[in-house]
Amino acid sequence: MAQDPIHQFQISKIIPIEVGSLDLSFTNSALFMVATVAVTSLFLIMGTSGRGLVPSRWQSMVEMSYEFVASTLRSSAGNEGMRFFPFVFSLFMFVLIANLLGMFPYFFTVTSHIIVTFALAMLVISTVVVYGFAKHGTKFLGLFVPHGVPGALIPLVTLIEVISFLSRPISLSVRLFANMLAGHITLKVFTGFVVSLLASESLGLFGPVTSILPLIMGVALTGLEFLVAFLQAYVFTVLTCMYLNDALHPSH
Amino acid sequence: MATTQAASETTGEHAAGTEVPSDAHATGGFPPFNSETFASQILWLAITFGLLYWIMNKVALPRIAGILEDRRDRIAGDLAEANRLKQEGDAAVAAYEQALAEARNRAHGIAHDTREKLKAETEARRNEAEEGLSKKLAEAEARIGEIKTEALSHVSEIATDTATALVESLIGKAPTKTELSKAVDGAMK
Repeated sequence: MAQDPIHQFQISKIIPIEVGSLDLSFTNSALFMVATVAVTSLFLIMGTSGRGLVPSRWQSMVEMSYEFVASTLRSSAGNEGMRFFPFVFSLFMFVLIANLLGMFPYFFTVTSHIIVTFALAMLVISTVVVYGFAKHGTKFLGLFVPHGVPGALIPLVTLIEVISFLSRPISLSVRLFANMLAGHITLKVFTGFVVSLLASESLGLFGPVTSILPLIMGVALTGLEFLVAFLQAYVFTVLTCMYLNDALHPSH
Repeated sequence: MATTQAASETTGEHAAGTEVPSDAHATGGFPPFNSETFASQILWLAITFGLLYWIMNKVALPRIAGILEDRRDRIAGDLAEANRLKQEGDAAVAAYEQALAEARNRAHGIAHDTREKLKAETEARRNEAEEGLSKKLAEAEARIGEIKTEALSHVSEIATDTATALVESLIGKAPTKTELSKAVDGAMK
């Protein structure tokens, strides 16, 4: 069981809560969501407690994350996009901290569950749709009809645009979910080999000697996973910014 | 349910060889696709993400933005102050240079005037001295002429006396004055 690569994604109830037939228990997943919020808030609020004109190291990390998300949003959605800044920043920090917390051994990775990433993606898309219609009315539908397309091609292009729009929440959520899931499984499998090789009696001395190879792989993969944890949070944020840009400026 | 359990068993065996999956797998197969946990996850995601959004929107981001804005204001203020001081400095330098140029001009003028004055004075004094000298020279020349004529006037007398003395010692008898002066005048011509 200790080497089962799927076990780490298991959800276990901590405080069982049942409403009618719905199971709304406080689970390990919920615990790590709370931990993510707590870590994010403490990082940001304690980092800025000095309010230093010349930032401390911690404060400059806080400022860097702020400037990083702000410049990402401004470059894809322009200055008008800054009205979504709290939302985009919350998304980025939530995904990033959840991914990074998942890198601790025995910790649960919130973003390795498709329902969580899908819920976040749907939140993004519904923000785009609601804001787009609220601001532009039916002109928002112009998003699906690009300018400068010959008349005969419009139905086809519009169909493609609609399909691509509908696939956005899926691609957005599956990308993050699959990256986290696959990374954690790979890591578990390779480090599991180390234990298996050390413990196996049939291989004699050969087992402990060769166990160094999956160990090296495990170390390398850990580094890669930290990169992926950051990169996927960034990709999620950049795509969110681009979709929000569509809501702000529906005409291509 | 039986098939999902079988599936998870095979996955477990792939990784660990002889391991048997735990009982927990029996309830839902591959955990991320177990729809029984969806409601709870969505609920807690909504609660936690909502809380995070509220904290970001009301506390953290205004605070960071405030810090950044303070810094920007301070830097802009300091730059403006530096600019003002630089302009003041430039003005001071310009004033100093103007004063310097004026002083130099004045010094130049004073030096020129003094030189001219001294030159004129020297000239005057030299003229005076030269005049005095030429006067003295003229006087001296006049005196020399006087002395010369006087000396010349004495020559005949001396000659006469000398001749008288010579003649007397030669012949023992002094010649008469008229003879003598006739002879001296003749010799002197």
